[in-house]
Amino acid sequence: MIKRLFHSRVLKHFLKDPLAIVGVLILFVMLIGAIFAPLIAPQNPYNPRELSLQDSLKPPLWMHGGESPFLLGADDQGRDILSTILYGCRTSFMVGFSVVILAGLLGVTIGLIAAFYGGVLDAITMRVADTLFSFSTTLMAMLLLGIFKGGGIPLVILAIVIADWVRYARTMRGSTLAVKQEDYVEAARAIGSHNVRIMFRHILPNAIPPILVVAAVDFGAAVMLEATLSFLGVGVPINEPSLGMMIASGKNYIYAGMWWLTAFPGISLIAIVLGVNLLADWLREEINPRLKRG
Amino acid sequence: MGQRDPPRAVVLMLTYITRRIAQSLMVLLAVSMISFVIFQFMGDPVLTLAGRYATQEQQEAVRHSLGLDRPLHVQYFTFIKNALHGDFGLSYVAQVPVMKLIFERLPATVELAATAMVMALLLGVSLGVISSLHPRSVSSRGIMTGSLLGISLPTFLIGILLILVFAVSLHILPSFGRGRVVSIVGKWRTGFLTLDGWRHLILPALTLGMYQLAVLIRLTRGGMLEALQEDYVRTAWAKGLSPRVVIFKHALRNVLIPVVTVAGLQMGELIAFSIVTESIFQWPGSGKLLLNAIYETDNPVIVAYVMIAAVIILSINILVDILYGVLNPRISYD
Repeated sequence: MIKRLFHSRVLKHFLKDPLAIVGVLILFVMLIGAIFAPLIAPQNPYNPRELSLQDSLKPPLWMHGGESPFLLGADDQGRDILSTILYGCRTSFMVGFSVVILAGLLGVTIGLIAAFYGGVLDAITMRVADTLFSFSTTLMAMLLLGIFKGGGIPLVILAIVIADWVRYARTMRGSTLAVKQEDYVEAARAIGSHNVRIMFRHILPNAIPPILVVAAVDFGAAVMLEATLSFLGVGVPINEPSLGMMIASGKNYIYAGMWWLTAFPGISLIAIVLGVNLLADWLREEINPRLKRG
Repeated sequence: MGQRDPPRAVVLMLTYITRRIAQSLMVLLAVSMISFVIFQFMGDPVLTLAGRYATQEQQEAVRHSLGLDRPLHVQYFTFIKNALHGDFGLSYVAQVPVMKLIFERLPATVELAATAMVMALLLGVSLGVISSLHPRSVSSRGIMTGSLLGISLPTFLIGILLILVFAVSLHILPSFGRGRVVSIVGKWRTGFLTLDGWRHLILPALTLGMYQLAVLIRLTRGGMLEALQEDYVRTAWAKGLSPRVVIFKHALRNVLIPVVTVAGLQMGELIAFSIVTESIFQWPGSGKLLLNAIYETDNPVIVAYVMIAAVIILSINILVDILYGVLNPRISYD
């Protein structure tokens, strides 16, 4: 299996694409940092006993007044910025992975069934999908969270999934419609395969590649959306870590020249999203070789 | 068929548009029903209004005055009837008609969103075309890297970055408010007529337009790269037509179809991100109003905002469909 991967065309192409490699490296570092945050972070920023207001607004270590262990400085509560970022990245990755898995499962299933059976079911599903799509994921999630308050991270994930499954459903429907016409599907039908078997054994695997691109792009979008919602104060609750919330609370200090409160969480957020997008770009070209990057 | 009969294509288009409008009305009805039902689950406004120390009787009086003691379907029909008259009731917090509140703030949002969208369309399509002509040149790579950044940068960070550079470090542009506004027709107060208004508009409009700009660059470029390899474009080159005609008339015209669709579909995103932008720049628009309404559980404001946003989004979608037909006469409306 591993040998096959190493000799595969996909890996060769991947190794020839420096941007994709950079993307994966960034993601890998951030993910390791997020997973092992409790071990790596100098401080647990969400344990009040470890905080001291005397440390508040300390600048980064290399600036005048910087102090160990506050490598990237401290925020107004005396929280170590680096530690808070590591914990915030956990939320980002958790939201990203959960949304991609849940919205992916939901959207793929709905798109597959709608396209396979067609007719009224398809028409209704797609009208709902179109409507949701034109209302924009961000607006939907924002309104949902504005209405149902105080549910923590799971509610944020749920709101994004409700607004977001449409992307997968539309793509899945498109590729199912194309694959449905193929000879091997006809053949499977001819030998009397059950509909469910045809859908999941014959159509699904062949319709999956475009879904992978959607999933990659969506991961970045979900991470960004969580940060945006938390920035606006309708996302993750105030006692949970989030990059968006760090940026929101740091925003008031940029006028006083204290840029480190927003800059470092901002850079971390961009790094995650940029890493995913670089990977998605590569994946898109791998699947559709007609689009060559300049 | 008589000579005076309208051409078949026009009839088909009119039926199509009528059907789309009917569908949109159904969507609106659904939106109104869903938002109405959902708001039954939200925090009880009576407690907010009557105050925590109100007696049972005082609470009942408030409940009765708001009509919240009537059966649900009666409340819904009253709601629909009033909504059709543009009456969404009083804001729980401000005790002013909701429509008045929203219409006071709408001009600020419309001016912001329109500036952002025009900028994104003009710049996006031109940069997309430029970067597709010589895809491997340095400037094309620069444009593509920039657009990747534009997609990867969340709107709120773009806003903060712009404030940091232009307001805090360089002190050349203001970072909050609309500046000097002038009253024109009726309640419409515009910032377009004063220099101060434009200065205040630059940073928010850039913030709001950046994402759309990046999307449109990538879309135009992708479409152009494919179109430039099509046979009809090669033929046009071979015929010796000028580059201007080939690029704009033959290639770009076909690329514009998906571009216009996506730009239209971005309307929802534009509204969503106008909320974010208004929050960052303290822009006194309807998005800021919505956020405050969410914080304060001011249900009538939220419902009215949702309904108005739905009407705007659905109308734009219909307009885009019509534009589709103008751009590409081959699309039939059967």
